[in-house]
Amino acid sequence: MSAFSFSRETVDPVQLRSLVEDPGSGGYVAFEGWVRDNNEGQRVLRLEYEAYEALGVKEGDRIVAEAVERFAVTAARCVHSLGELQIGDLAVWVGVSSAHRDEAFAACRYIIDEVKHRVPIWKKEHYVDGDSGWVNCERCAEDDHGAHWDGHAG
Amino acid sequence: MPQIRVEYFAILREHVGKSAENLDTSATTAGALFDELDARYEFPDTARMKVAINDEFSDWNAALSDGDSVVFIPPVAGG
Repeated sequence: MSAFSFSRETVDPVQLRSLVEDPGSGGYVAFEGWVRDNNEGQRVLRLEYEAYEALGVKEGDRIVAEAVERFAVTAARCVHSLGELQIGDLAVWVGVSSAHRDEAFAACRYIIDEVKHRVPIWKKEHYVDGDSGWVNCERCAEDDHGAHWDGHAG
Repeated sequence: MPQIRVEYFAILREHVGKSAENLDTSATTAGALFDELDARYEFPDTARMKVAINDEFSDWNAALSDGDSVVFIPPVAGG
């Protein structure tokens, strides 16, 4: 299993915890992202995640490796759900173990922030009013790295 | 003409109505291919689009070779 993976099954965080267990670690930090029932004033019924998996796994692995190196933690993993999810379902899980807590918190925060920003995953929300739509990323407005299309076709 | 495989995801997949196609194109760069397909399909929300060639992020100016696989990547929304 790679450091980052996608799952179409129900993700069980208790089971995933074992992936980062280590006798040399004194702390474990996890982040669980849950499907919530509202977004930007609209009531959400359910949602779908879709990914460009071949590139997504590579980029996700790079992010986890960056976190391990940057914060010198013992182990880190991330699993992102795909397919149809209901309110309260686990959308994403990040787990980090480390000798001390500071690095584990920092690495966990780094991984979830970078995954949301860099891994090619898209979210379609289905609303209570029957409408649906693909959600724009939270950090697009401040996204200024990488090669962006600037509409040179004009 | 080189043959390029283009895969579509999410909003682009729904807009185009298919998840992939093989194209004979005279476009020599990823950006030129995007222009060609944008003219054909009128992609939604083309701002801040990125591109991948053969499953790696790429520059829009990158040259295309016969058999390459191209994916246009709209703003992402994981997590």
